Amino acid sequence: MNGLMHLPILPVVLPLFAGIVLLALRNAPLRLQRGVSLAAALALIPLAITLLQSVGDGTLLVYALGNWVAPYGIVLVVDRLAAWMLLTTSLLAVFALLYALRGIDAQGRHFHVLFQLQLFGLNGAFLTGDLFNLFVFFEILLLASYGLLLHGGGRQRVKAGLHYVVINLVGSTLFLFAVGTLYGVTGTLNMADLSVKLAAIPPEHAALVQSAALLLFGVFALKAALLPLYLWLPAAYAHTSAPVAALFAIMTKVGAYSILRVYSLMAGDTAGPLANLLDAWLAPLALATLALGMLGVVASTSLRQQAAYLVVASIGTLLLAFGLHSVDAIAAGLYYLPHTTFAAAALFLLADSISRARGTLADRFESGPEMPRARLLGGLFFVVAMAIAGMPPLSGFIGKFMLLKAALGSPLTPWVWGVVLATGLVSMIALARSGSLLFYRTHTAHDPASLEAPTYAALAPVAGLLLLVAGLVIWAGPVSDYATATAAQLLRPQHYIEAVLGAAPRPPEGRASGGMPLAGTAP
Amino acid sequence: MEMLIALVIGVLTAGGVFLALRGQTFPVVLGLTLMSYAVNLFLFVMGRLAIGVPPVISDAAAGYTDPLPQALVLTAIVISFGMTAFVIVLSLKARAELGNDHVDGLQRNEDRHA
Repeated sequence: MNGLMHLPILPVVLPLFAGIVLLALRNAPLRLQRGVSLAAALALIPLAITLLQSVGDGTLLVYALGNWVAPYGIVLVVDRLAAWMLLTTSLLAVFALLYALRGIDAQGRHFHVLFQLQLFGLNGAFLTGDLFNLFVFFEILLLASYGLLLHGGGRQRVKAGLHYVVINLVGSTLFLFAVGTLYGVTGTLNMADLSVKLAAIPPEHAALVQSAALLLFGVFALKAALLPLYLWLPAAYAHTSAPVAALFAIMTKVGAYSILRVYSLMAGDTAGPLANLLDAWLAPLALATLALGMLGVVASTSLRQQAAYLVVASIGTLLLAFGLHSVDAIAAGLYYLPHTTFAAAALFLLADSISRARGTLADRFESGPEMPRARLLGGLFFVVAMAIAGMPPLSGFIGKFMLLKAALGSPLTPWVWGVVLATGLVSMIALARSGSLLFYRTHTAHDPASLEAPTYAALAPVAGLLLLVAGLVIWAGPVSDYATATAAQLLRPQHYIEAVLGAAPRPPEGRASGGMPLAGTAP
Repeated sequence: MEMLIALVIGVLTAGGVFLALRGQTFPVVLGLTLMSYAVNLFLFVMGRLAIGVPPVISDAAAGYTDPLPQALVLTAIVISFGMTAFVIVLSLKARAELGNDHVDGLQRNEDRHA
């Protein structure tokens, strides 16, 4: 166990150090930079798997930084949810990076530094057990994302980037207002401690903490691109470079993760004035997001825009699952989360290859020249579209099926069934229309030399992401068991609270310093 | 005293929101800055207002003020400073690339197809 002592902090520290090393290597040959970046991204996968295995039986790893225990010190907490998010992120990052290595990383400066810092922010946000550090890691991942979004430059990118930056800065300000209010009332920012303190809040402060909690929900909804706060997303995602858009497929899920984490702790069944605070909001808004996102998918004029609206629709499905607030529904959401992340990323990467193969027409939905290697591109597009639309036998179908089954018995059942099934059909029609336009309604190219044939190296990351999607089907049993266990753990926050607040400081030994993971008992 | 601080935060926030909703990038940047001032002040007073008492332990102290909001606000100031610097550079870049300082850029024909 001693070797694993510092394991929880490694997913945070490793990308940070990789980023710093890459900054020092900024004048080194590109091959060296690529090697370091890829090695650092690859190393996150075994780390995430090890963490997943060590929390798989229901224990929690609590890492107290500098050996200052909660609620006074800062803690990192690994539970099933955090490990799940870490694994999803690390797998996604490797494929996004592999695609970037084909030359996109050389279009501007510091791509690899920003990429690693983005991973640093993401992993930190998933691991932190404290609200203020959630804010700090949000800022880190946002600042890195601003740089990545604008990577390569160009007018459209700058225009979309400005909106993205300004709206996220407003979001950060609101986050701080909410954090300040919660601290002012409860005197703590540790999420486990907040959960305890909020349950015993005097009634005269109830309105204050409710408004702070809803303000916080607004901020997370902005990050997750929930209706009506999704307007920044389509332009930003459609105009950035393909590997960045692919990596950003996890960014909206950070908002969804935060909603799940914070409200499972702060607004559970026993949380005093905040009990079930979001029930009235989350599911209806998610349904509306899903419906409106799908209208955007139908109305899109280019493939990348369509992919961006599919991200909006997927966040609707995901938050719908979280909003139904039962073990089965949350488990469905957690199964759906990696699926939709990988499928959306694959579509962004594939859209880039398609766009290059169509010359000046790029990814616009207009009848164009016949693409080189059209069969291969078309075949991949078919599989990606099947995955995104939720057709059997791919994992989107299983995720949606689990969601529909979990919705039975909820007062929203007719709405959930109606909207999820209708949007599934609409997405299938929209993607079929895009595919037939891109691949069938073509003419012979006048100038075949101007069209760039996709290389196998460019399509390998897409195929890799599709293999992950297939893996979710092949191992659907263990994955859904894990998701159900995670959901059960989230809905019983007492165990999390006890593990965080009951952690004792580690006795000094030799010159050792740092924290110690304390294993709680299985729930 | 509490009323005065509350008014200051309220006026700063209102001014910030108003400016952030303008159409040119410069007022938007100013608005974001005012909002970050407001929220920094807000975070700072969340430890309650106390005059002339130390935040760190000393033998002579009659009472203490809460040190944590001071640490939080330092972090928040650094972050908002960095973000403001970034958004200023970005709006200058947008001014250069788009040819005007409107937040949506000026419509050009090529944009309709992109």
